Amino acid sequence: MNSLMTLEHINMRFQKGGFFSKDRSVHVLKDIDLTIGEGEILALVGESGCGKTTLGKIITGLYVPTEGQIALQGESGETIKRKKRPLSFLQVQFIQQDSYAALNPVRTIYQSLYAPIRMHNPKWSKKQIDTKIDELMTLIGLQPAAQFLSKYPHQLSGGQRQRILMARAISLDPKLIVADEPVSMIDVSLRLSLLNLMSELNERLGIAFVYITHDLSTARYIARRGRLAVMYLGEIMEEGAMDVVLSHPRHPYTRALLKAVPVPDPDARSDEKLPLKSMELSGIEDRGEGCPFAPRCPYMTEQCERPVDYVVTEGVRIKCRNLEEVERLNAARPEGTDE
Amino acid sequence: MVENQIVQPHENIVEIEHAVIDYPLRRYTIRAVTDVSLSLKRGAITALVGESGSGKTTLASSLLRCISEPGILSGGEVRFYPAEGAPVEVLKLSPREIDRFRWEKVSMVFQAAQSALNPVYTVRAQFEETVREHGMKWSRERIEQKMREVFDYVKLDYDRVARCYPHELSGGMKQRVMIAFSLLLDPELIILDEPTTALDVITQDYIFSILKRINREKGISMLLMTHDIGIVAKFADYVGVLYAGRLMEFGSVFDVFRERRHPYTKGLIRATPSLIGDLEALKPIGGSPPDLRNLPQGCVFSPRCPYCTDACREREPDTAVQGGRCIKCIHGFEEYE
Repeated sequence: MNSLMTLEHINMRFQKGGFFSKDRSVHVLKDIDLTIGEGEILALVGESGCGKTTLGKIITGLYVPTEGQIALQGESGETIKRKKRPLSFLQVQFIQQDSYAALNPVRTIYQSLYAPIRMHNPKWSKKQIDTKIDELMTLIGLQPAAQFLSKYPHQLSGGQRQRILMARAISLDPKLIVADEPVSMIDVSLRLSLLNLMSELNERLGIAFVYITHDLSTARYIARRGRLAVMYLGEIMEEGAMDVVLSHPRHPYTRALLKAVPVPDPDARSDEKLPLKSMELSGIEDRGEGCPFAPRCPYMTEQCERPVDYVVTEGVRIKCRNLEEVERLNAARPEGTDE
Repeated sequence: MVENQIVQPHENIVEIEHAVIDYPLRRYTIRAVTDVSLSLKRGAITALVGESGSGKTTLASSLLRCISEPGILSGGEVRFYPAEGAPVEVLKLSPREIDRFRWEKVSMVFQAAQSALNPVYTVRAQFEETVREHGMKWSRERIEQKMREVFDYVKLDYDRVARCYPHELSGGMKQRVMIAFSLLLDPELIILDEPTTALDVITQDYIFSILKRINREKGISMLLMTHDIGIVAKFADYVGVLYAGRLMEFGSVFDVFRERRHPYTKGLIRATPSLIGDLEALKPIGGSPPDLRNLPQGCVFSPRCPYCTDACREREPDTAVQGGRCIKCIHGFEEYE
């Protein structure tokens, strides 16, 4: 697979306070290295506050990282200041979580779809644009198109609005779409069809997706042939092929996360405690040099306070010092037998 | 587990009979809940699943008689069976009685814990206020003792948290404060309205393990509203499925998941992605949730139902009941496919 986008050593700091308190900066993302392949689906999973949306916005070019390099198809996006931003970054689009807030409430759907196409294709005739909009509406499965185009956002259901956002995102023929929790506000019965739509756009148009979520179940569904990156307090703890990571989670955090996901089958119930030392999420402010997960990790040793590097096995990279020990302890106590 | 907790009192803690809840608006009236009858077993955790607009919050608010304006309960009965004493007709309580009934008998954990706490009060002040408002003549020491006891249940450090303002607490901690708050006056039933929607999975798991312990050790019955099938499967004893304000199916969680009966329940379970199982077997439910202003003729689920017959489109099916399980579908307990 050819790489579409590479992120190297991305660091992001936000300024905090300053009015009454002393100026502080919060280190939100730390040394993120990530490659997104052409036409692949990458699921970015983590708890709230782990920096997954920030990373998504950096990928889209909405934030400029404090340190680090981004390249899209070899072209550097270093100077992603609005004006100077290379046009190729148009090929990366963003879909927000809240479809209601993402659409202008006083514009019809037609106007919302028309504007970006007009803006970036100034030479197109109105007829060309209308044909394009019709195509988009067919692609996202809202038919008959005319019935939806004349409506305002509040007249559509959440699922339909989310489809309009997809249409708008693909209207400029992007190579990559960053979708930030696109289905978390959608009714359960409609989630699956939206995820299916994303898979379809991925397969038919070859658009790569970065799917940002806290819901591992939907991540598994959409990125079943793709990759999974698990984030914790601004660092990627484990990253690799979805099926490999899910069938054999290695990082202690990934292990805990997978256990916490409820399975829709009462026969799979267990009262097992999560393999965690503390339930409190430690603040991002008081993170040391070492592993950010250490304060909650049941396998923590003194070494964990020093910086950690990735270990790569089976194409999965894991940021943990004690992998062998964790593996040994878990093998001695296989799943399901420790009640 | 449920059986050995029940000793003498009525086996149900709440019975709702033929509840109808309307929201009269200027131009039309929306019927949010239509003829729902439901019994909650004492000591059990009953879950109500449904999509947004299915009427689960409205139905649960009727237990506390706090349906949001302009909703009114236009029909039906709500009966509460206390552990001791005569049954309470919730709808016939005087304003004074209902004020005491709320929180002393039935308390609630609201969806947005973030906004359920008063931002200008410390946690302790809010607890004290509630005790005072309920006319309890508790000394400060007694309140502190009670707070320590309920904080212990939710694994919060009293000395640290009690003097905090809400903004000093994380989302998970606020939700635990709310759970502790709901325990303050020793209610017999706690209503949990999507208690973990804004929280991540690890915190969610933690909150539910706390709730389960409270349920088992204190024997407090719980009514949980959620849209997450996974939580129902993991946590609840009984489940009711709501769709467009109707109770489509009710039964023990094990029965409902093992023997899937109602087409909507089937569809819902089959549309839920999971970490285990075959992804190809998942199937979305076609169509979209109904508009309450413009409901289809006959069975409300018929336009989306793969097993729909002509009869379904003509009249709404009756509820078939068999051994504690009920199904509102023309196919009832028969096999169909």
